[in-house]
Amino acid sequence: MSPTTSSPAITASGLRKCFGDKVVLDGIDLSVAEGTVFSLLGPNGAGKTTTVHILSTLMRADGGEARVMGRDPARDPDAVRAVIGVTGQFSAVDGLLTGRENLQLMADLRHLPRAEGRRRAAELLAEFELADAADKRAATYSGGMRRRLDLAMTLVGDPRVIFLDEPTTGLDPRSRRTMWQIVRSLVGRGVTIFLTTQYLDEADELADRIAVLDQGRIVATGTPAELKRRVPGGHVRLQFADAAALTAAERLLDGAARGDGLSLNVPGDAGIHALRALLTRLDDAGIEAETLSVHTPDLDDVFFALTGRPAADTASADHNTSTNDAAPTNNTAPTNNTAPTSNENASEQKESVR
Amino acid sequence: MSTLTYTARDSATMLKRNLRYSVRYPVTIIVALAIPALLLLLFVGVFGGALGAGLGAAPPGGKYIDYVVPGILLMSIGYGASSTTLAVNRDMTEGIIARFRTMAISRSSVLTGHVVAALIRTVASCVLLIGVALLMGYRSSADAGRWLAAAGLVALLAFALSWLAVAIGLAAPTAEGTSGFTLIVQLLPFISSAFVPTGTMSGPVRWFAHNQPFTPVIDTLRGLLTGTPIGHSGIIAVAWCVGLAVLGYFWAGALFRKGAVR
Repeated sequence: MSPTTSSPAITASGLRKCFGDKVVLDGIDLSVAEGTVFSLLGPNGAGKTTTVHILSTLMRADGGEARVMGRDPARDPDAVRAVIGVTGQFSAVDGLLTGRENLQLMADLRHLPRAEGRRRAAELLAEFELADAADKRAATYSGGMRRRLDLAMTLVGDPRVIFLDEPTTGLDPRSRRTMWQIVRSLVGRGVTIFLTTQYLDEADELADRIAVLDQGRIVATGTPAELKRRVPGGHVRLQFADAAALTAAERLLDGAARGDGLSLNVPGDAGIHALRALLTRLDDAGIEAETLSVHTPDLDDVFFALTGRPAADTASADHNTSTNDAAPTNNTAPTNNTAPTSNENASEQKESVR
Repeated sequence: MSTLTYTARDSATMLKRNLRYSVRYPVTIIVALAIPALLLLLFVGVFGGALGAGLGAAPPGGKYIDYVVPGILLMSIGYGASSTTLAVNRDMTEGIIARFRTMAISRSSVLTGHVVAALIRTVASCVLLIGVALLMGYRSSADAGRWLAAAGLVALLAFALSWLAVAIGLAAPTAEGTSGFTLIVQLLPFISSAFVPTGTMSGPVRWFAHNQPFTPVIDTLRGLLTGTPIGHSGIIAVAWCVGLAVLGYFWAGALFRKGAVR
């Protein structure tokens, strides 16, 4: 699907930004291929929003170069603005206008012909499940609806590149899922998405590539799988009915370590082949395990491994303890797990900072 | 299309958006009309007898309402400017201005839309206010030319205060932050020649009242509408308006370009 020969949709090299004495971005390099989702992941204050502001022409960098679809945000901002759409951290909708009017306002500002603007507004209202509330004032919308309207407004001009700055912060789980589906459908149309998030599972879920941002520096980049591979901690946990089976298994499996109760942690990846091999070995030895669960390292582990700190900031002391034991996710079936969130609470507390 | 047509088109879009508020939520116009109308009632009906009798420089005909109407018009302009400040500030804090700034639209259109809408609102409330005054017995000796000149000066002051209001709306971090401006524009008419001649005031107050921008505007309006001498007030009034407009325009422009991103 994604174009192979074209130049990247977004590039940045050596981006720097200071606010007074405080260095917010300390030399950011990145490259985003067209038609992919790129996620900038980091805790609050890491510089995510500043990066978006620079790339989307809201702010000038103090140093470094950037290109968005080959255009320079600093020297030719209007050319960049013509191809981007931005959905910021806070819903930038006009609360006193209705949903439809908000969309028509965007159509007018994109200089679409009147009839086409009206058609596009109706189309987006339907697509974003806002048709029923189209003629109600946006101020009466729920958080999820406002966010959807905000994103719909961003899409009016069919931008080639969309910046989503923490698009699901503060949304309930169901609205988050809806947002995710919308993002996926956008990528399907060939749009490039630059997503910032402090939710690790969100980047894992959506991004083709992730850059981990910490205190104004990118500390790692790669696909979600690549990042996870850099982190130890993947294992299979076996639960036994009695101590005899446990001891036998322990003797059989190298490197296995006893866990809580009658359980055994077997390090290694949790692919189907490895699991099948493991089960076969147990069968051959006549050892019966009661249950089996797979622990994949998630991005929380990645962050900890890369920065030596938990993702949500060292300041939140209560999170420190949870990083090690709660973060790896437990599924009692040997399938690949779809990361439920243990990091949600920790991230949630930090939301109001900006 | 050329840049100029885009500027005009975007400004028209923004104007439409702002006027839509005024039509849908007429409270801003009502406030700019009702409060001055109430004050008119208060000053003419309650204090008018005593104040009118005490006026050293009573206008020809001596009716206090003829004296006080120009000052009341200025109060209406002041209320109009306060609501403009709030509207701009709401745009800023709601983040919609940040959205506009990421779009390829004429930079000036956002602010121009606010100013032109404010101008239309203010002129509308001033016309209505004149209607109320006429019902209460206000009579002007002015011919059409003088009325036109008076309307022009009202519009000029409204224009100047609107630009200032836009700048303050952009600068204020919250809606509460605009209250200083609101207080000033609503208080200035009281320490001016709106209700009593500045000559009757005591020392420093008189000096302030005499030299603040509203007084020459009021004196000029009064001169145009009731035939009292204008003197240098006309020039000074226009100079103040132009000065405030230029200050507001460049301040607002600088704030918008700098783009206090919140």
